Amino acid sequence: MEYFLQQLINGITLGSIYGLIAIGYTMVYGIIGMINFAHGEIFMIGAFIALTTFLALAALGITFLPLVLLIILAVAMFFTAVWGWTIERVAYRPLRGSFRLAPLITAIGMSIFLQNFVQVTQGARVKPLPPQIQGGITLMDGPGGIVVQLSFMQIIIIVTTIVLMTAFSLLIGKTSLGRQQRACEQDRKMAALLGVNVDRTISLTFVMGASLAAVAGLMYLLYYGVIDFYIGFIAGVKAFTAAVLGGIGSLPGAMLGGLAIGLIETFWSGYFSVEYKDVAAFSILAIVLIFLPSGLLGRPEVEKV
Amino acid sequence: MSSTMHDTNDTPAAHARWTEDPVLTVEHLTMRFGGLVAIDDLSFSVGRGDITALIGPNGAGKTTVFNCVTGFYKPTEGRIVLRRGKKPTDASIADLTKTGQQYSREGENGIYLLERMNDFRITATAGVARTFQNIRLFGGMTVLENLLVAQHNHLMRASGFSIAGLLGLPNWRREAKRAKDKAVAWLDRISLLDRADDPAADLSYGDQRRLEIARAMCTDPRLLCLDEPAAGLNPRESAELNDLLRSIRDRDGVSVLLIEHDMGVVMEISDHIVVLDYGKKIADGDSRAVRDDPKVIAAYLGVDDEEVYEVEEDLHRDDPQAASMKTMSEGDQA
Amino acid sequence: METTNQPTASNRPEGAELESEARRDAMQGEPPFTEAPPEDSRFVRSLKEAGITAALVGALTVFFFIFRTDIGSGGLDLTLRPELWLVWMGIAFGARFLLSYFIFRAEEPITRYFKRPSASRRKPLPIGKIFGVAMLIVAIFLPVLLDTFLPRQNRYLLDLSILILTYVMLGWGLNIVVGLAGLLDLGYVAFYAVGAYSFALLSTNFDLGFWVCLPMAGLFAALWGIMLGFPVLRLRGDYLAIVTLAFGEIIRVVLLNWYEFTGGPNGLLGIPKPTLFGLEFSRGDDGFAAYFGIDYDPIQRFVFLYYIILALALLTNFVTMRMRKLPVGRAWEALREDEIACRALGINTVNVKLSAFATGAMFGGFAGSFFATRQGFISPESFTFIESAIILAIVVLGGLGSQLGVVIASVVMIGGIELLRNLTVLEAVFGAGFDPTQYRMLIFGLAMVAIMVWKPRGLISTRIPSVFYKEKKKIGADLVSQGEGH
Repeated sequence: MEYFLQQLINGITLGSIYGLIAIGYTMVYGIIGMINFAHGEIFMIGAFIALTTFLALAALGITFLPLVLLIILAVAMFFTAVWGWTIERVAYRPLRGSFRLAPLITAIGMSIFLQNFVQVTQGARVKPLPPQIQGGITLMDGPGGIVVQLSFMQIIIIVTTIVLMTAFSLLIGKTSLGRQQRACEQDRKMAALLGVNVDRTISLTFVMGASLAAVAGLMYLLYYGVIDFYIGFIAGVKAFTAAVLGGIGSLPGAMLGGLAIGLIETFWSGYFSVEYKDVAAFSILAIVLIFLPSGLLGRPEVEKV
Repeated sequence: MSSTMHDTNDTPAAHARWTEDPVLTVEHLTMRFGGLVAIDDLSFSVGRGDITALIGPNGAGKTTVFNCVTGFYKPTEGRIVLRRGKKPTDASIADLTKTGQQYSREGENGIYLLERMNDFRITATAGVARTFQNIRLFGGMTVLENLLVAQHNHLMRASGFSIAGLLGLPNWRREAKRAKDKAVAWLDRISLLDRADDPAADLSYGDQRRLEIARAMCTDPRLLCLDEPAAGLNPRESAELNDLLRSIRDRDGVSVLLIEHDMGVVMEISDHIVVLDYGKKIADGDSRAVRDDPKVIAAYLGVDDEEVYEVEEDLHRDDPQAASMKTMSEGDQA
Repeated sequence: METTNQPTASNRPEGAELESEARRDAMQGEPPFTEAPPEDSRFVRSLKEAGITAALVGALTVFFFIFRTDIGSGGLDLTLRPELWLVWMGIAFGARFLLSYFIFRAEEPITRYFKRPSASRRKPLPIGKIFGVAMLIVAIFLPVLLDTFLPRQNRYLLDLSILILTYVMLGWGLNIVVGLAGLLDLGYVAFYAVGAYSFALLSTNFDLGFWVCLPMAGLFAALWGIMLGFPVLRLRGDYLAIVTLAFGEIIRVVLLNWYEFTGGPNGLLGIPKPTLFGLEFSRGDDGFAAYFGIDYDPIQRFVFLYYIILALALLTNFVTMRMRKLPVGRAWEALREDEIACRALGINTVNVKLSAFATGAMFGGFAGSFFATRQGFISPESFTFIESAIILAIVVLGGLGSQLGVVIASVVMIGGIELLRNLTVLEAVFGAGFDPTQYRMLIFGLAMVAIMVWKPRGLISTRIPSVFYKEKKKIGADLVSQGEGH
């Protein structure tokens, strides 16, 4: 029971990170119907920017942790957003209106490029960062020394995710930007005729997705304490799985899917085998796509004849 | 089949022709999308060797009927029976329905329960071919290739599922030649032979329509379903289309079921017209009977409810359609 | 007409139209109520754009060029290298300025000289065919040519040619799935792996020779193609892509963790070399050289391997070309064009997709067997997603569905980048110790994006009909669908 509870907490934490990345996939898919394959790399870039900023701040002697975290958050979100914007501008926008697989292929190219760019400029070795936020709340002190702990780090991750999710739901649901976004999702041509700046809206979608991925990158860095240039690929595929599981195009779906994938992966590792945890996640992707292609919260698609 | 037989006549015998020897019967067909009832308890028959038109205002459910008949949609309820060869008895159809099988076939005769079959199997085994409202040609393939793709199943067997084809055995070569000849013959018939090596997407709209019909005919169907074949055609092309459809009926002996908005085409070539409105049948008969039917006029002109009732009052026929009309106008205005 | 100057009823609207068109041109499609920004000269505008680009590059790379983190004593060390950052900003500025000044903003971009005149109706020279035949002849005599002209680098170049041909073969195999049938497969490497592992396991465990194991490995791969394909082939294009990627990863993870069977990360060793009718390419008395009474030279084995992969690749090409003319191949292309129309014509699309998947997988399996026998050692390392991406890049950049395009793309992407290693010029420019192979994948990714943006349809994008009535006309890329994901 204690073990189960601990796994549940870990799963929710991991799921929050996946959920934050998944939002980027789901928003982009919703608006231009493409899988932004490079989004996992955006997340990785966000983690690297966070790491470098952290070290730079430390070198400057700024060590007050809440301030440091806020600065990192702002810097990582901003600069990762610039990456997101540029990638869209350079690799996807010229191909808008081309055949459907073209942007997917540039996305794969972009993903390869980004991975290797980081590898070349920062080296292939892993970057460890000692844990910055320690301690936590002991929820249960079970027999046999099994302790259920909710660490402060986990609280920060979960709270940040909830706050960002709420903010984004409001942004999409209530603001004119969100309205424009939803209009582009429905019918891009019509939206353009009604005066929506489609290119700008799509760019903003990428910017939003990238900044959320940066947050996820920071969380990942702080939570696991080690990153390398390759973390984006697996995390990206899993987050995409989360987006599909939740129903692609649906914001709450992405979050729900992220939680589900996080929980499944944690429980699989905890009860079956760690080696095959990726197999579990990938199998779920295949099973969901085959049997439930519209996901948990997505709208079913009717084939038009 | 003599052409005189298809002259529009309204002798009592003609009314019953399609019920006597139907190639297709749609029975109590209902199709729901979520809460929306697209087709509601629709029954009609398509006579063997007839050109049957399915008409009705936009959104009446015509294309949905097509998609159910050709297997692209699975109907919510109802039975769709395709009959081949000597008139199968109602008893044998009922037996087949009970067995749960998709079809039964003895030589040239067969009964096919289309609502149980997949889209491609309906074309491949039951012999129902279709065209699409928005033309679906293989645009990047040549006109000739389009017609060869349509002979896929036959050629697949002839090529020994590619083994004989890979080895280039003489039997395969002969069949390939024959298939090409057939395609060329069809191209000649729709006067597109000089465009045989051009990509299908390069053809004009009217040519594309004709090519799509020829392509459907290359699958050797018993029933040809055409979704708005005359849409977007100019008067000359429309006339050519009429000739083509008549020749398909008379020369190839293929029954035709078509959806059409162009009343000129419909009235000129149809042996039998079924009128739909809001997913229900409001009229069924030959062109003259349908043309004079006040309910049809009302449906097309979109008159108000009360007026429909008034038109209904005027009807002095006591056929079941009048009753269904009443329920329709009540039900659908809710 | 004598009164050309007088406005007549017939030419007035034309004039008005012209006028409005001119107005529209002048506004460049801007609505009339937005004020046009003041026009800068071409030079100033180019400078501005270059500045923006440089700033953007600066912002993008600030954390990657200026700072570098390395593991030092007691945690991570931060090294500063602002000069690198500045250099790259300068490069970005210069490059963008030149691009803007001479191409984007120029009245007559210099690229116009490269633009071919629009396709004329007259029959062009069959360049593709001539080029293809020339390449084939070169390929057949390559070992001789190398031996005559470049004897010192003979072995290295032959090895490189073998590598290129392996990718050509993989590209041709994947071309069936992606190019012809329009099914985006991101997990093609799985079949390569299945082929390699089944070959290795069969040959080491049952002591079977190369020529027995090769077809069996191909069949195994085809079987796997069907098994994996069956559940997923109903999926839409990009979903299919992701699921195939997932399958590829699953197979890799299983290979990595199933120690008893696959040796886990250590892989499988001691895979036998191919033999020529039982003759081994070894120094021994019963070897190839001894049998024919010639001197033993290790190069003989390379030449033999070269001809095996050439034969396998040509077999792939032959079968593919032949299949295109068969109903199944035509159905593949029809499927790529319009799946719904295929179904309406009575074509069992699941079978057609499966046949494409299985055929492609089989050739992947052959290539995998060859890889295993050439290396003598395989491990899951060789079958990562990046391998799938490289093969896909070759197919896409060559031009989906084009056999010749695959060859060109393989030579350029694999050979070209491999040759970077030999360019000592680069070392002179970038300083000693510069290793270009480090940048191989970086350039690869960048090239994928650049070529795709420049030519979304690949290098060779025209389609040649599989059958003709009078005359074989090439079909322009704009008409050919590339599998829109249905």
